[in-house]
Amino acid sequence: MSPHPHDHSHDPHPGFPVDPDVPRSDVPLLPHQVGRVLLQRRRVLAAIALGGAIGALVRWSVAEALPHDKDAFPWSTFVTNASGCLAIGVLMVVVVERWAHRPLARPFLGTGILGGYTTFSTYAVETRGLLASGEPGVALLYLLGSVVVGLLAVALGMRLTERVIR
Amino acid sequence: MLVGGAIGAPARYLIDLAVQRLHSAELPWGTWTVNVSGSFVFGLVAAVGSGWAATLIGTGFCGAFTTFSTFGYETVRLAEEGETPAAMANVALSLTAGLAAAALGWALGSAL
Repeated sequence: MSPHPHDHSHDPHPGFPVDPDVPRSDVPLLPHQVGRVLLQRRRVLAAIALGGAIGALVRWSVAEALPHDKDAFPWSTFVTNASGCLAIGVLMVVVVERWAHRPLARPFLGTGILGGYTTFSTYAVETRGLLASGEPGVALLYLLGSVVVGLLAVALGMRLTERVIR
Repeated sequence: MLVGGAIGAPARYLIDLAVQRLHSAELPWGTWTVNVSGSFVFGLVAAVGSGWAATLIGTGFCGAFTTFSTFGYETVRLAEEGETPAAMANVALSLTAGLAAAALGWALGSAL
């Protein structure tokens, strides 16, 4: 994040990044540096691709295990996104406080597995489907419930992990 | 599923990288761009039909390209930093634009 005038003294995680996937050091400054950055980061990209495939497969397994009708609450995506949010809360505390020396841990587990596992597009398309099926109540519950539970899950994952490893 | 995920996840990282290079703002626009564009494509693919291509591009690629965990983590971090308006704006803009993009994609796919 760019420097700004806000008061950060109450931030419970002052050393933690906002973007868990792209560290500031990864962002190329000039267009002609892009190719070099990609070449340098090829191991990171391979780790993300492998993790993404694993995460997508796990998401598909959850969807197969929890099928739902078009006009019913999409439990599989809800469970996937909530559990993925809990997991990224846990992961970011472990990565920042214990695995700073493991450069592939965050790309593989966070950007790859959890990014591939959780999904925003399915969530958006399912919400549209519920609205189109004449279920605005279920749509709203799913739309807002996913966010509320997801945000609480991130915060819970961070707090619990801090208690365990500190 | 595996192929879609293996392409979608690194594509998300690269788009996030590219958007962050263009402007470092208070809001996580990289994740927003990925989630809104992925919702549009998934809406379009879901409307066009089912089958292996829809699974590859929709559930596989779009599912892995977009992310809910990063969206959730970024929102929590913004709130923790004392940027509550930015955190709320991130949720509001992601939800409205994502849903609108999915509906637009669906409408376009249905018209094809």
